Amino acid sequence: MTPGSTPAACAALLRRDLTLAWRRRGDIAMPVLYAVIVTTLFPFAIGPEPALLARIAGGVVFVIVLLAILLSLDHLFRGDIEDGSMELLMLAPQPLALLVGMKILAHWITSSLPLIVVAPVLASMLKLPPEAMPVLVVALLLSTPLLCLLGAVLVALTAGSKRSGMLLALMLLPLCVPVVIFAAGALAAAQEGLPWVAPIAWLGAGLAMALVLAPLACAAALRIAMDT
Amino acid sequence: MTSPPDNPALLEARALCFLRQDEPVFGPIDFALHGGEIALVEGDNGSGKTTLMRVLTGMLRPGEGEVLLDGAPFSLDTVAGAVVFLGHHLGLKFDMTPRENLRLAAGLYGLRSGTDENAVLREVGLAGYEDEPVRQLSAGQKKRAALARLLLLPARVWLLDEPYANLDREGIVLVNRLLEQHAARGGAALVTSHGAVSFAGGEPRRIRLHA
Repeated sequence: MTPGSTPAACAALLRRDLTLAWRRRGDIAMPVLYAVIVTTLFPFAIGPEPALLARIAGGVVFVIVLLAILLSLDHLFRGDIEDGSMELLMLAPQPLALLVGMKILAHWITSSLPLIVVAPVLASMLKLPPEAMPVLVVALLLSTPLLCLLGAVLVALTAGSKRSGMLLALMLLPLCVPVVIFAAGALAAAQEGLPWVAPIAWLGAGLAMALVLAPLACAAALRIAMDT
Repeated sequence: MTSPPDNPALLEARALCFLRQDEPVFGPIDFALHGGEIALVEGDNGSGKTTLMRVLTGMLRPGEGEVLLDGAPFSLDTVAGAVVFLGHHLGLKFDMTPRENLRLAAGLYGLRSGTDENAVLREVGLAGYEDEPVRQLSAGQKKRAALARLLLLPARVWLLDEPYANLDREGIVLVNRLLEQHAARGGAALVTSHGAVSFAGGEPRRIRLHA
């Protein structure tokens, strides 16, 4: 790859963000630890009845994963804006939307992928039937990137303000509702032996749309954030 | 102007001014920078030097007037790596080494022909520090690591906001030498400073901002 070409730029940025995340491994472990702790507490709080746990397992896992993603989202662009790297990205020959897309991809790999790996373990702690496991993983594989993309737009919109954490949570929650409904809906259908493809297809459609539109929106919002 | 009129300036500002809440921060100013020219932006603290730099990078929208790059209106969509900006925030990741930082910049902007990461780090006096995390470098060394980026990238226009800050006497000489080399290659540079600056190549152009 020639340096400066679009694939080289994407690879360089992806590599940098993954390297940075690896140098701060503790930060990656945080959301996973959070998810493990909350899931462990659930059976203690509501009682160890397998039937009840199996019924709520899917919803609990989705909500926990959602909140764990929310925890790490705030840092998505902050570091780059504060240390001047954002100027470097904005003046680069490549479209900003593409570079932002790479940053979101790196963020998804470091924040969501570990959660997807532990999610089946968490779900089995809550007695989710094994036959629903593949649906859980598929639903997570589609819903977590969708959440990252939606979240990234809001992070970019609030990037200009200093204390954006609260605002971000308030703005993101309504956008998460449909994602959780479809993801949990697919899982509930699978548990009852009903066809679950339709809600998964909706998630896929949402993801396809967000993949195209969210980086563009992010880039526009970041330019506004830097214009102060 | 020294260049023929059919040769458009690398970077040109026409009646450029910037308003913050309808109060002019600077301007209107006019200047044209041709290849091989270095201009010094002078002004007191708060006179809008950094704001001017950010307007010229396209990150701030000018209130009035326009910025032209190679005779065409400048925008972040058309800049295509021709401009590199070095501001107060150096754009370095402190958890990574100078070499890794340069590798990202090269990946985005491409390499100037005939250079590589090792050569430019040697040139700015960071030989032996290539693989130290930037966090552990001194303020002056961090600045040098950021200056190495200027050497590595093929950008023709350098916008340097206070490049002399934090540098020792040798560092100042280094910045001057880099600017001279850049001008000799046909590049243009705009430098802000509130200190006295002397280039070996004689008196630089001066653009004065009034508070």
